[in-house]
Amino acid sequence: MCYAIFAIFTNFTGGHTMNFSFEIIIDYLPYFGKGALLTIGLSIAGILLGTILGLFIGLGKMIRNKWLAFPFECYITFFRGTPLLVQILLVHFGVVPMFLGTTNGIVAGVIALTLNASAYIAEIFRAGIQSLDRGQMEAARSLGMSHVQAMRYIIIPQAFKRMIPPLGNEFVILIKDSSLLSVVATPELMHWGRMMMGQHAKVWEPYLTAAFIYLVLTLSLTLLLNHLEKRLKTE
Amino acid sequence: MIKIVNIKKTFGKNEVLKGISAEIRPQEVVVVIGPSGSGKSTFLRCINLLETFDEGQVYIEGVDIMDKETNINKIRTDVGMVFQQFNLFPHKTVMENITLSPLKVKKISEELAYNKGMELLKKVGLAEKANAYPDSLSGGQKQRVAIARALAMEPKIMLFDEPTSALDPEMVGEVLEVMKQLAQEGMTMVVVTHEMGFAREVGDRVLFMDGGYIVEENRPKELFENPQHQRTKAFLSKVL
Repeated sequence: MCYAIFAIFTNFTGGHTMNFSFEIIIDYLPYFGKGALLTIGLSIAGILLGTILGLFIGLGKMIRNKWLAFPFECYITFFRGTPLLVQILLVHFGVVPMFLGTTNGIVAGVIALTLNASAYIAEIFRAGIQSLDRGQMEAARSLGMSHVQAMRYIIIPQAFKRMIPPLGNEFVILIKDSSLLSVVATPELMHWGRMMMGQHAKVWEPYLTAAFIYLVLTLSLTLLLNHLEKRLKTE
Repeated sequence: MIKIVNIKKTFGKNEVLKGISAEIRPQEVVVVIGPSGSGKSTFLRCINLLETFDEGQVYIEGVDIMDKETNINKIRTDVGMVFQQFNLFPHKTVMENITLSPLKVKKISEELAYNKGMELLKKVGLAEKANAYPDSLSGGQKQRVAIARALAMEPKIMLFDEPTSALDPEMVGEVLEVMKQLAQEGMTMVVVTHEMGFAREVGDRVLFMDGGYIVEENRPKELFENPQHQRTKAFLSKVL
């Protein structure tokens, strides 16, 4: 049904697109499927590794000693202040070959998405911690807990709960931004869209199909997150 | 037991404590009263170093708490604190709130912690709430859990920072009752409060603070019936 809508839409755009071809889409579906799986995989890897790294970066930025906190602040500033595309190119052609000798689109993709996401997650994490009442830390400390114990048992578990909605947002953004990896030929969803475009010299079929699949991914994730949020609220 | 020598504390340009000295003896109940902004809460929070101070010393059983060699976490296990806003851990059950620190700090066994927790909950009359979450409790119940939580560390001293100020009037009594019982058992207590009835009935000594100083201290009967200072008289005439 959605393709019907797309077909109608393309009718509006002029005569030369009247021959919207479902056949080449069906031909390419296995590739889109593979690409979508990789897109999901890259996003999950990015959000998981980014959360772990972001936690450390966020804690690092909160160190009271300005000199110790400074490198973490630089990290966040760099990765939030430069385009992801630039970071992908740097990682793909610079960082990965430096360690592996050759480059690899998937490895570069995971690294670039993780580094980028961790900078945003560090800030999400910091906001989560700072939104907690100061009394929680004081109560924990007054009971003889060390700063580390208080963070571990009292502050971080509560902050995590508050982090879930913004973390979900970051996940959605990651799914969409992973499409930038197509420029370094990581075989994710958008890559196959571009391949199809190259092979058939068609615009609407490959890009609308990719857009549609992205929309399905982000919408399902949003629904899942809304459900999760509602469940957490009633607890 | 606690010796406070000439402590001074400044927040920005505002000098909150201008030289406070006091001594608290074992099993004594000292009540601190005074207008808001007089520095009484800050004073109390300096005793377990939730607030640092700029000058002076605090000794707890002879140990200088500001000394770099002192392990403040160890000192705090001996000094329980009850807060105005309860500060229970909302993601933990009542029982977990009480047993967390004994388990993680004192590293006692689960069974011992649980038994001790149950005993304390019975003492504050909330045994049936062991598995409830703090959000399902009334203010008075929360504060009684907070007292039980502090007692679970078996402190030698208890500090109370306006423990009834955030409560609805009908719940003040149940909390004061628990505190009174604690005092009768011989707990050393420092209580910042606006409950003059409690000060008079339970306190061994009352400190009146104003403008960052201890203006006057005396036995409750004398202080309430025969205040010596103009500021004490003015304050008491407003609250009594």
